Amino acid sequence: MSRIEASPQVHVLSPPLAAGLRRGSVSRVLSGAKSARWRPGIATGCRHAEVFAPAGEASGAALALALARDALGIDAQDQRPWLWVQDKAALRLSGRPYRPGLPPHLRHRLIHVAATTPEDALFALEEGLRCRDLAFVIGEIAGNPRALDFTASRRLSLAAEKHGTALWLVRLDARTDLGSARMRWRVTAAASPPPRWNPQAPGRPAWQAELFRAHTFQPGHWTLRDDDTALAAEPAGSRAPDHGDLVRGPGARSLAAG
Amino acid sequence: MAIWCADLALDRWRLAEGCAAGEGSDAEPLALIAETAHGPRIAAANPAATAEGVRTGAMLADARALCPALAVRPADPAGDLAFLESLALWAQRWGPWSALDPPDGLIVDTTGAAHLFGGEAMLLADAHAQLARRGLVARAAIAPTAGAAWALAHFGPEGAILEAGDDLMDRLAALPVAALRLDDDVLLLLRRLGLKRLGDLAGIGREALARRFRNRRSPGANPLVRLDQLIGHVPEPLLPVIAAEQPMVQRRLMEPIRHRPLLDRVLADLAEDMARALEGRGEGARRLEMAAWKVDGDVLVRRLEMAAATRDPAHVCRLFAARLDDLDAGFGIELVRLSAPWTEPLALAQAELDAAAERHGTSLAACIDRLTVRLGEGAVRRPVPRASHLPERAQRWAPPLALMPGLQEDFAFHERPLKLLDRPEPIAVIYEAPDGLPRLFRWRGGVHEIARAEGPERIAPEWWRERSTVRLRDYYRIEDSTGRRYWIYRHGLAGDGRGGAPEWFLQGLCA
Repeated sequence: MSRIEASPQVHVLSPPLAAGLRRGSVSRVLSGAKSARWRPGIATGCRHAEVFAPAGEASGAALALALARDALGIDAQDQRPWLWVQDKAALRLSGRPYRPGLPPHLRHRLIHVAATTPEDALFALEEGLRCRDLAFVIGEIAGNPRALDFTASRRLSLAAEKHGTALWLVRLDARTDLGSARMRWRVTAAASPPPRWNPQAPGRPAWQAELFRAHTFQPGHWTLRDDDTALAAEPAGSRAPDHGDLVRGPGARSLAAG
Repeated sequence: MAIWCADLALDRWRLAEGCAAGEGSDAEPLALIAETAHGPRIAAANPAATAEGVRTGAMLADARALCPALAVRPADPAGDLAFLESLALWAQRWGPWSALDPPDGLIVDTTGAAHLFGGEAMLLADAHAQLARRGLVARAAIAPTAGAAWALAHFGPEGAILEAGDDLMDRLAALPVAALRLDDDVLLLLRRLGLKRLGDLAGIGREALARRFRNRRSPGANPLVRLDQLIGHVPEPLLPVIAAEQPMVQRRLMEPIRHRPLLDRVLADLAEDMARALEGRGEGARRLEMAAWKVDGDVLVRRLEMAAATRDPAHVCRLFAARLDDLDAGFGIELVRLSAPWTEPLALAQAELDAAAERHGTSLAACIDRLTVRLGEGAVRRPVPRASHLPERAQRWAPPLALMPGLQEDFAFHERPLKLLDRPEPIAVIYEAPDGLPRLFRWRGGVHEIARAEGPERIAPEWWRERSTVRLRDYYRIEDSTGRRYWIYRHGLAGDGRGGAPEWFLQGLCA
């Protein structure tokens, strides 16, 4: 049929299709239930997700990468490249990908596209989705450009579902306007758990993530953490942020500080 | 065999003018000039001008003072070189391979080929006759080594031939030292040392020469190496000129076309012809050039470069379609030509049966080609590690399908940010802790309170690459009170004598 049978690692992504059922109708059937709660590692079947994030931090792209890894799994055999598309405003606001900081199993496979305008970025995203040799596509677009309207969003969804390549679109400093993404996240950085050997240092990344719109899952609010092996989720607010013992009262200051 | 076209630039000009030597416009004093930093300079002068005292290398203003009637034309060194290349290919009629000797010479290997022309003397006579028929004034000589042949062609008697058994040094001793193909400053030095002939050089002993020129590595600056090459004691590799036939297809049109749909049709036909031509050679195109000749003689050229070798007509047409939008057909296009200057071997592959391509999507190379054509050359790239410890130099951007260079592993204990700002942004420190780290700072209008930090990681400037006044950096990985993680650094130390108080910058955004 399509490449769903051909590649086992993509098969995990999509819920099993009943015989004679078209792809587009699956989400409708499942959305009728809408009882499942999202948890890391669950097969979402979602090819197009949006992540709304502030531009002054890297949490949007980081969560998109973590979700991509969560969906595809770490597969040493999978050496397909992946695409990271940024428009000019996103590049200026949040910087370029930095190879030594990327996850080790992804850093040598990155292909980066620096588009000038949002139109070019959308074109690059769509071309990337239609390519059979890419593992997944990550887009970063700043603000609410006129080009990224509901029609453009729907185009991306259709391309992603037709060719089975997953897209995580990071929207920096954007309003939650109309969009056809199957899952929409809102994310900000959260205090990281203190590392075991140096509690004063920043630890493994953590994010406050809110799933505020999903076709097949109930909305929810989590604190997500990126352990080295997998994505871990806790219900939001279950743990007070721990800042180690670096924060001192003003009386504890040394006199030399003035 | 060495061939020296003594007046190549002038001969080319005469061929372009269509006049014989000393006739027509060549009868008047004329010079070809080259633009230099100090104004126009004479590159070549014809015999009439030389008789008036115009010398090659003189300034045009000086030459005008000697000969007010001097006519000038611009010289064309690039055209001369291209002509020399085609001449080198043509000269392979006398030997299996030939090499360029810029700016105006050729070397042809005639080893074992002379008997085909009836001996070496007949070969030289043939070369003279053929070159004269092409309108070139040339001198040729045959010798066992390329260096000796060059020396004889430039400074020896007309039509000189050295046999393999001759004592080369003995026969060449009377030639001037300029016959060694040395740089000008070395020739000046030799003249000041009183060494004028090759025999003088051979007379003073190898040790003295070796000591005097011990730190000159390049052959053009070391007379001893050139002398050994001349005699044949040291090999002298030459780069042969090889004709690479590039696949080319063209369509002459009965009626000049002025509209885009017709041009697309022609281009589709050409792409199919090109695919057939490439398939016959077992190659795929990396670069394609489309040239369209307009009725008024103008040529429109569009170039295309592909990420991987391909010969798929549909793909080529699609890529060209984006490049043809700004084509101005004027009164019409009457000839369209498609050529592939850069090809790579590409084996035959199974054709896509039925509508498989529609379902399977595009291949990576096709996807990258489409992106590159629309977004530009430098927009699609991949990061490649580079051996540098400065963070912004530790990666460079390479074409997406280029081979990854072999490098050692990165340090696993360095925590690096997920993203790096193109230019580090200064942060204003509001309140500094006693250990030197800011407690409160302002960046992009927001105030950040540092809750946790790790550092410093001191990164010194690369002194072998940068000036000595570049300041070192102390990097800190920080997390602010709302959990945002950044990579900041202090530029310099207080009192390091390299500027004022240290400044703080934010360079990276951590995951």
